[in-house]
Amino acid sequence: MSKYNFDYLDELEAEAIHILREVAGQFEKPALLFSGGKDSITLVRLAEKAFRPGKFPFPLVHIDTGHNFEETIEYRDRMVARLGERLIVGSVQASIDAGKVVEQKGKNASRNALQTVTLLDTIEQHQFDACIGGARRDEEKARAKERIFSVRDEFGQWDPKRQRPELWNIYNGKIHKGENVRVFPISNWTELDVWNYIRREKIELPSIYFAHEREVITRNGQLMAASSYVNMDEEDVVERKKVRFRTVGDISCTAAIESDAFLIDDIIDEISRSKISERGARMDDKVSEAAMEDRKKGGYF
Amino acid sequence: MNILKFFTAGSVDDGKSTLIGRLLYDTDSILADQLEAIQNANRKNDDGTVDLAILTDGLRAEREQGITIDVAYKYFQTDQRKFIIADTPGHIQYTRNMVTGASTANLAIILVDARNGVVEQTIRHSYLVSLLGIKHVVLAVNKMDMVDYSETVFNAIEQKYKTLAEELKLQEVTYIPVSALKGDNIVHQSDRMLWYKGDSLLRFLEEVETSMAQQSDKARMPVQWVIRPQTDELHDYRGYAGRVVSGTFKVGDKITVLPSGASSTISKIEFFNQELEEVSSGQSVTIHLSSDVDISRGDTIVNSSALPQESKLIEADLCWMDTKALDTSIIYLLQHNSKVTKCKIAEVIYKVDINTLEKHSADEFKLNDIGRVVLKTADNLPFDFYSDSKANGAAILIDSRTNLTVGATMFRALA
Ligand SMILES: Nc1nc2c(ncn2[C@@H]2O[C@H](COP(=O)(O)OP(=O)(O)O)[C@@H](O)[C@H]2O)c(=O)[nH]1
Ligand SMILES: [Mg+2]
Repeated sequence: MSKYNFDYLDELEAEAIHILREVAGQFEKPALLFSGGKDSITLVRLAEKAFRPGKFPFPLVHIDTGHNFEETIEYRDRMVARLGERLIVGSVQASIDAGKVVEQKGKNASRNALQTVTLLDTIEQHQFDACIGGARRDEEKARAKERIFSVRDEFGQWDPKRQRPELWNIYNGKIHKGENVRVFPISNWTELDVWNYIRREKIELPSIYFAHEREVITRNGQLMAASSYVNMDEEDVVERKKVRFRTVGDISCTAAIESDAFLIDDIIDEISRSKISERGARMDDKVSEAAMEDRKKGGYF
Repeated sequence: MNILKFFTAGSVDDGKSTLIGRLLYDTDSILADQLEAIQNANRKNDDGTVDLAILTDGLRAEREQGITIDVAYKYFQTDQRKFIIADTPGHIQYTRNMVTGASTANLAIILVDARNGVVEQTIRHSYLVSLLGIKHVVLAVNKMDMVDYSETVFNAIEQKYKTLAEELKLQEVTYIPVSALKGDNIVHQSDRMLWYKGDSLLRFLEEVETSMAQQSDKARMPVQWVIRPQTDELHDYRGYAGRVVSGTFKVGDKITVLPSGASSTISKIEFFNQELEEVSSGQSVTIHLSSDVDISRGDTIVNSSALPQESKLIEADLCWMDTKALDTSIIYLLQHNSKVTKCKIAEVIYKVDINTLEKHSADEFKLNDIGRVVLKTADNLPFDFYSDSKANGAAILIDSRTNLTVGATMFRALA
């Protein structure tokens, strides 16, 4: 496509828009899962490009662990107000209160795993037949294997050995009642592509992505925000450091990195030179070699 | 900067995963924590060095069995170009996964083991490459370290493959002697094969021309979605949203909507907040027409001066991808771009023995079988031949009982 001076970001963007419009055309009740992170913020911009000046043919759905960075919730609410789109919040706290899941105990307790139950409940309650997510294949090796339209059974499970062939740019969204499809429009983007796109599109991000001073503790060699959501004891030493976050999830499982990157150019520079992957800062992936594959089989994104 | 999508093919153990691992490793694309994970893994090479193949074998079953079952996608970039690699499985039973990885690629790397040369799998994979219309092929003669980096061995394999490439009408083939394990001619030019004067694999990948040369210049846009805000200010707004699959549309062009045959003129082309004068293949946009025509998802907008084929009977190549055999008595769904129509397989013309490339008649069409059939669709399909346009010349078949994708078809002729 070099003939039209169609740059790689244009190509990735056009592919993602095509996928979003296929979701709109093929499903009765789709939803866009919005985590407040840069990938789902990118998805929102792509949805604007796919459907404006019309409304989005889906609501935004936020699975709220209750252990959020304040900045992400503020950002979310401001964004929803600007967009004028519908937001549905699935609450992990509500799942805990209803006795559907039990809060983890111990020092490294996190609500990350509990999210899956709330997600599946929310899907069932609203009868969503497709959930759009911002997962990328470069993030993790099980993700590298997943189709763009990934069919999940009634229990949300991914069966990696029985994936449908996915040919050319033709996406088969046919499912039986009760099943749903997870759709990943930015499967082929890398972390750096997302940042370059955010810079090009001048998309605003929650402030925690940029370097700031914060109280942190060191856990298993990683910096965690010192917060009431992280179980701390006498051994934990609280320090003040200049940090930023590379991914945004539940406070109790998202590690910070020391950084001076205050502008988006600094961040792009930092990532280009970085020798650690983005998910290297996620405690949830460190559990075992197949941690992500197992979570996906259980219904996780 | 543009993107090159390629995939690797070859028999089990020819070194596909190792080659990809080597490309990533020697371009410094493997991050420290990922490297640490593979260094800690149980799987090691015989000499104790890390097994680079683990990088792509992402599933537990794959690591346990030491084989690749499904496609893994990997990403890396150099100063010249971005690359998307599909590491596809070599086993015949996973052919459908290989076709998945190959369908979106613009280049194929076919590996052979220097000790074995061209084998049955090489023929099968090369046949698939020609069937899928992939323009560039790199024949990577791997494990050169096991044959003393011999020029004679390499030349013999090159000669043998040339005959096959001619038979299959492969357009451009480049031959490179490599050792994925030792790193010869992958990223760095090898000093153990000074007789080889060509580029290293990476150098070649960086420079190969990727323009969609064989792609048609006839303007087509399948409509995916109709944008109708229905607000007070935008009461009469009707935009047809889709991705241009070939050619160029300009404001003022006369267009025809198919299958209805209605015609109109493009009054405006929009992309988000911009108005564009023209749009070309690959772009996702919104088109407005000067008159009210009835258009919905599944229709195709085409330039009136270059109409596509239209037929309910199409001769097509078919790759069967389901464990349940093809049943000529049932109705399948055929999905062609945004259009879904009912479809029967009216006739099986022949089946190809993909190991010998012989054609023969067949009563049965089973998993991984490939051959020529006649498709009979319920609705008229506006299409181009696959050799002119991959996007408008291909479709998938869906079994409506299971909803599975059971076949890949490429349109070849009017029946
Ligand atoms: N000697 C030698 N061994 C190789 C080379 N490339 C791969 N291998 C070995 O061949 C085996 C199969 O490699 P793998 O990459 O898993 O093959 P795949 O099945 O094609 O993905 C492994 O033991 C590799 O270490 C090479 O260039 N030279
Ligand atoms: Mg392999």
